[in-house]
Amino acid sequence: MIPFILFFLLAFVAVGAAVALIVAREPIHSALSLILVMISLAVLYLLLGAEFISAVQIIVYAGAIMVLFVFVIMLLNAGVEERTDFSKLAKWVGPILAFFMIVELGVWLSRSAIGRVVATGSPESYTPASTVGLSRMIFQQYLLPFEATSILILIAIIGALVLAKKGE
Amino acid sequence: MEFFNGKPALALLVVSLVKIAVLLFVLMTALAYLTWFERKVVAHIQSRWGPYYVGAHGLLQPLADGVKFLFKEDVTPPTADKFVYILAPFMALALALTAIALIPFGPPTLTLLGQPIFVVANVSISLVFLFAITSIGVYGVALAGWSSNSKYPLLGGVRSSAQMISYEVSMTLSVVGVLLLARSFGFNEIIANQAGSIINWHVFTLNGFPQIIGFLCYMTAAVAETNRVPFDLPEAETELVAGFHTEYSAFKFAMFFMAEYANMITVSCLATILFFGGWLSPFPDSWTWQNYLPAAGLLLIAAYCAYDVVVYMKGIARLQLSVVTLLAAVGGIVCLIPAVHPYIIGVFWFVAKLFVFMFFYVIVRGTLPRFRYDQLMSFGWKFLLPVSLANLVVTAFFIILRRG
Repeated sequence: MIPFILFFLLAFVAVGAAVALIVAREPIHSALSLILVMISLAVLYLLLGAEFISAVQIIVYAGAIMVLFVFVIMLLNAGVEERTDFSKLAKWVGPILAFFMIVELGVWLSRSAIGRVVATGSPESYTPASTVGLSRMIFQQYLLPFEATSILILIAIIGALVLAKKGE
Repeated sequence: MEFFNGKPALALLVVSLVKIAVLLFVLMTALAYLTWFERKVVAHIQSRWGPYYVGAHGLLQPLADGVKFLFKEDVTPPTADKFVYILAPFMALALALTAIALIPFGPPTLTLLGQPIFVVANVSISLVFLFAITSIGVYGVALAGWSSNSKYPLLGGVRSSAQMISYEVSMTLSVVGVLLLARSFGFNEIIANQAGSIINWHVFTLNGFPQIIGFLCYMTAAVAETNRVPFDLPEAETELVAGFHTEYSAFKFAMFFMAEYANMITVSCLATILFFGGWLSPFPDSWTWQNYLPAAGLLLIAAYCAYDVVVYMKGIARLQLSVVTLLAAVGGIVCLIPAVHPYIIGVFWFVAKLFVFMFFYVIVRGTLPRFRYDQLMSFGWKFLLPVSLANLVVTAFFIILRRG
């Protein structure tokens, strides 16, 4: 019962913060809402028993990436965002498309294997995932894709540096 | 997470609430007296007396300061972003206090209703959670600087964000050596790995590679993380008035102040746990006389205060110090009872080590000049980061060598 209540509480916070992120006109308020989304996601991971992933979610997203966002917003002293009028087409077609997408997702999820697990899963099956198991997977089973990803990120960093230097 | 399985949930809830209440009370008192301690020590470094008039030796000064903060006018600048302006100090203090919930102050074997007494949140990967909490701690300072809508706080906020991001990297890397030695993220396991005596502490251990370099890197980065001298550029008063909290007054200012001191306590606790054996005694267990050290310490304090009361104190101060003497004497006598020993000895060593770190913080503040901003950045990235990386590589090498 408690995980059930917690899940819906956090889900509402996450969705509410995501809406606030789009609606807010002050860039810092948007950034703060995004941090709230990240943190509620982290707690949702915790409910699933993924302690390490949850902590890393906070460290990486809320603690590092979003700090950089806030830092840049502060440094550029970005003012209140200007609103353009929505296009007529988006105003009418958008909600309809969104509705269909949500229905489609719901139908698909309820029929898939994941959906069945979610529907019948009981809180008693809760077991915290071990960090040792996680690191075995990353550094033994999936070592090559992991290292390939890190090289990809390194290339992106060097690319950013080259682009930044170009003007000089 | 036995919380979800029903039955022990109530016991967990009740015990946790009691622990939180006790910890908050002790912590708030400690924070208040830490300001007194700092003012006294810095004053003596500079050949002054420090607080002296409110209570004997200024012992009631923190109380007077607290009352003053409560009753001062709380000014909010008209151009400030109200919501964020109020949110920032709450965030700073709440995060600083949450981090302390993860610290084990004593052995995990002592339990009450099946819950360990000396730690509020008994998590298996406490270190990662602690870093998660401290990593979002930067928002308090950054948002305070931004929301004040004034140029000095903004500069202070930007400076502190940059500084905290830079030094967090070295701080996290410098403790990885310890993780390699202990092979766990949990504080209880890390402390258990240092059992024995002082030579088994991670900072000196020869079972692997002594983490003395890791400790020095950690401590430097920790001082920078807590925005203290010589890295207190976010609030450099010669350049930025008071930095990020220039526009804050009354209790909101006090909250930033408390958050700073709570952060000092957190990083010192972490240094104690990771490098200096946490609540473990520096002596082997067979030396049983060490169980009487807490009592001896308290009785010594009582004796000194009694001497002071008789020889120097006059008027009301004489009465106030008599109360302190009495409390210390009663505490000392209680600590003599053998049944009490297992409950106090762990906490005694933990607090003793913590006190040394606090003293270090204050001495550094009293004696070192401030860095220039470019020096701060190049020191963090060009010296501290490579050194902590090198420490990690060398430690890993020695551990593999030992395992053969």
